[in-house]
Amino acid sequence: MNSSVITFPGSNCDRDMDVALKKFGFKNKMVWHNDIELPKSDLVVLPGGFSYGDYLRCGAMASKSKIMQSVINFAKSGGFLMGICNGFQILTETKLLPGILLRNKHAEFICKNVFVKINNTENNYFKNIKKKTLELHIAHNEGNYFCSNEQMKEIEDHNQIALLYSDENGEINQNCNPNGATKNIAGIFNKKKNILGMMPHPERMIDSALSGEDGSIFFKNLVNNLK
Amino acid sequence: MKIKVIVTLKKSVLDPQGTVVQQALNGMGFNNVNDVRQGKFFEININEKDQKKAEEKVDEMCKKLLANLVIEDYKIIGSQ
Repeated sequence: MNSSVITFPGSNCDRDMDVALKKFGFKNKMVWHNDIELPKSDLVVLPGGFSYGDYLRCGAMASKSKIMQSVINFAKSGGFLMGICNGFQILTETKLLPGILLRNKHAEFICKNVFVKINNTENNYFKNIKKKTLELHIAHNEGNYFCSNEQMKEIEDHNQIALLYSDENGEINQNCNPNGATKNIAGIFNKKKNILGMMPHPERMIDSALSGEDGSIFFKNLVNNLK
Repeated sequence: MKIKVIVTLKKSVLDPQGTVVQQALNGMGFNNVNDVRQGKFFEININEKDQKKAEEKVDEMCKKLLANLVIEDYKIIGSQ
């Protein structure tokens, strides 16, 4: 399994993602945003961070980077493309995923562990994960998912909601919505389910020395599903 | 030509930054401030003498980069 992680100026979760992918069996390459060609990849990851200092809007400048045309072509031809946190913001700015991530409702940076309910397992990202919820880490200022009513109808009609902020048992309510996200959305797919954007960081939960290991479940499962 | 553009959040979109600014103003004693909405202002110097052509280009820039039309509106407010 070959993977590529794109590094933009200001990315800061790119090396964590590299460690996570390698730990679970990917041969990973780091790709610079100014490159034009993407190495042969089974999975491409847009990592978390603050690409281009979050100038203009989070992810807006990165979405126009040189490498992005290859990334867009890769995803449009069915390649697996995953955006974590700032990567999710970049995916919405490229319009590969609908909607946008707004500033958190209470105007504060949030850095904590949360539970997310897996809403759709009929895809290579979450198929065969037995647990109903995962405990993952979030760290963001703009994670408040928002889209137009028309976009929401399409998202729901095509079962595109991947993850929802929930309690440990998978109950969805406003108390476990950390940032004001519409319908508690923490992650969404494109219609074909080969593109995933999510605010939580699975790469931060892959070692017992960290605050949890549910990220390991995600990556182990992903590498098996992509084989 | 110099084209001036403002980008504002659509009315239906929550603006936490604006709310915080409003609260700060209230805290400073400006008690009659009921609402603040924060936006962006761009001054674009474009190498084009024809006003219509320049504005058309800036309109394209707004649609492609300067504004995200899911949440924002834009308006060209001056050309000189």
